[in-house]
Amino acid sequence: MLNTTYENKVLTVFLSGEIDQHTSKNLRMEIDSQTESLRPETLCLDFDNVKFMDSSGIGLIMGRFRQMSLLGGRMKIVNLPENIKRVVYLSGIQTLGVIK
Amino acid sequence: MNTLNTMEIKFPSKSINEGFARSVVSSFILQLDPTINELTDIKTAVSEAVTNCIVHGYEDNAGIIYIKGEIREDNLIVFKIRDKGKGIPDIKKAMEPLFTTGGEERAGLGFAVMESFMDKVKVSSKEGKGTTVTLYKKIIRTNYEKP
Ligand SMILES: Nc1ncnc2c1ncn2[C@@H]1O[C@H](COP(=O)(O)OP(=O)(O)OP(=O)(O)O)[C@@H](O)[C@H]1O
Ligand SMILES: [Mg+2]
Repeated sequence: MLNTTYENKVLTVFLSGEIDQHTSKNLRMEIDSQTESLRPETLCLDFDNVKFMDSSGIGLIMGRFRQMSLLGGRMKIVNLPENIKRVVYLSGIQTLGVIK
Repeated sequence: MNTLNTMEIKFPSKSINEGFARSVVSSFILQLDPTINELTDIKTAVSEAVTNCIVHGYEDNAGIIYIKGEIREDNLIVFKIRDKGKGIPDIKKAMEPLFTTGGEERAGLGFAVMESFMDKVKVSSKEGKGTTVTLYKKIIRTNYEKP
């Protein structure tokens, strides 16, 4: 189960462990079902406890970014660990101004 | 070139085995005492190649994935990741950043990650026969002090 908080129209999702193709499927469904029902102004993805991520995680981030844009909200990414920054920066996501 | 150590595994194309493949590969290279960054680079590249076998090669159907690892002279690590799936019709195009046949949820960055995290990436493929990705990386071994 996903660890989340919702306050002041900000839905924060505390991601953890390894994000790959196997784990991102469930993450996608759970995050989307929460954003669809709560309609937050901001979806905040907290990467503090993420130990590993590959390009499936980039797909997950880009997909949620699109999803939030469709719902008229914003997305941001916080607490990106050093070793995961390298794969994220390869994608150019930082140019969207979502990494805080 | 001298090969100092080798390993081989094969496993079914189930997505749960992406993590399994990463663990095996990191255990194998730990003997070279890589830095955390080197370990992350190699784990990530292997994860990309294995995921591609599952998602694209076998298109989520049952198949077998093969990994061969080698440690060669001068701390050169070589991993071959192979599937007997549908193959890649145009390798050059497939390797372009952002190219994907995987739809909305894929970034099309797997090969870009492999190329940026490894020293060299070789891809050979035959339509209907399968794909082999070979990854090369030299471990600088900054952690290691010569005895
Ligand atoms: N083992 C394979 N068998 C068949 N086709 C492959 C294989 N590996 C890659 N491809 C093809 O190459 C394309 C690009 O692969 P790449 O890993 O760069 O991106 P992706 O897998 O589509 O997306 P991402 O890795 O970002 O989730 C794939 O969309 C697919 O068409
Ligand atoms: Mg891929």
